[in-house]
Order: sequence, then C-alpha cells, then structure tokens
Amino acid sequence: MNNTNEMELTFDSRSANEGFARVAVSAFLTQLNPTVEEVSDVKTAVSEAVTNAIIHGYESELKKIVIRCRIEERTIYIEVRDHGKGIEDVKKAMEPMYTTKPELERSGMGFSFMEAFMDKVSVESAVGEGTTVKMEKTIGKGNQLWTTQSI
Amino acid sequence: MKYQVQENCLTIFLPREVDHHIAEEMRKNVDELIDQNHIKIVIFDFQDTEFMDSSGIGVIMGRYRTIYLLGGEVWAIHVNERMRKILSLSGVTKILHIYEEEMA
Repeated sequence: MNNTNEMELTFDSRSANEGFARVAVSAFLTQLNPTVEEVSDVKTAVSEAVTNAIIHGYESELKKIVIRCRIEERTIYIEVRDHGKGIEDVKKAMEPMYTTKPELERSGMGFSFMEAFMDKVSVESAVGEGTTVKMEKTIGKGNQLWTTQSI
Repeated sequence: MKYQVQENCLTIFLPREVDHHIAEEMRKNVDELIDQNHIKIVIFDFQDTEFMDSSGIGVIMGRYRTIYLLGGEVWAIHVNERMRKILSLSGVTKILHIYEEEMA
C-alpha cells in the first residue's frame, strides 16, 4: 500500500521521557494534518500509556519502553509496549477511578482518558511478561460528541 | 514552578505541561507550603498550561483531600478549552471550583 508509514521508538522508562514520547508521536502525526485538538488527544493518550508503563509496568525500574506507530490512509495506530510485570485483571484496570497505587495519588483515569481521546483502545497483557496498549485514531473526522463521565 | 502565598491562600502557577514527571515535585512543594502557611485556599492557575494528563488530576484530587480536611477550597483559574475538557472528563469539576472570567 502506498499510503502507509511506520516508525518505532525505544527509550528508557524515565519520567523525563514522557514529554519526549508524546512530542515524537505528535511530530509523526503531523503528516495527516491533524487539528490542534486531534494532536492534543493523541498526546494525552500517549502520555497516559507511557506513564502507566513507567509506574505500573516497571514500578520505576529503569528498563525500555517501545512505541510503534503506523499510519494507514488517515488512521494512526499506536502501540506502547513494556516488558514489565503485566496486569492481572485488564478489565478491572480499565475501570474509571480504579488504581493499584492510590499512595502515589494516581487518579485511576489513565485508561478512561485513552478511551475518551482515541477511537479504539485495547490492552494485551501477561503477568511477568509485560503489557502492550494498542490505540487507533482516524484523523479528520470532524468533531465527535463526547460526554462527561461521572465519578 | 512558581508559587505565591497571600495570607491563607496559595496560588500555583502551573507549567506549560503537567504530567507525571512534574507532578511528584509539585506535590512535595505544595504540601510543604500548605503546611507552613496554614493554607485554606489553593488556586491552580492554568494561564500557561497547554497540556495536562491524569497525573495532574491526581495532584488536584490529592490537594483537595488535604484542603477539605482543613475546611478549605480548591479553585482553578485561567482555564482554557482543552483544560476544561480534561477537568470535566475526569469528574474533578465536582470538587474543584472553576473561576469564570467575565467577558470584557
């Protein structure tokens, strides 16, 4: 196919790289001419996934996080992968306000934000092996309705 | 990050991007300031803020818990469209007062 483009990024699980990761992905996204809103949506989702990998996947150990992006036509597919401890119950982890680290003041809104700002989010995880978050978003669909979520 | 204390009111001038990286330092500083200055009102100033993720929401919720026990309030000012979306999506607007500026 002609209209595809891919990139892959490997970086250390340092919190300073959260900013780097979202800027790198949004720079790759610019070829689809996204609106400011769409760029912010993708940045937020990437930030959430990378933060999860650092805090929960690796529990602040220094290891590698891999982001793979693929553009097909007007859709961006983003994968954020860690080889950390994995998630026991993915369904539970994705519930709004659920967090395993309240002592770190995690709001439990990470997956909710990813789901709110991307078209599709899925999580593959195996305990002891790691977690991959897959997200996709089609650019240029115009404004979509979104609803506020109650506590 | 810049902070301003006026009597029992603490204003936090948030940076351009509020994420997990900045949240840790912010939480530590803010809690010290609340403690030392008998703060009752915390104001998050979003004037310069273009990006915030759920880590920022965690900081707001945490400060609310502290301030609520002291009988105080938490406010947000200079909230742009994006920040308003993030705040209302998270449901934090139930505990956080957003100061609405009058139209000039």
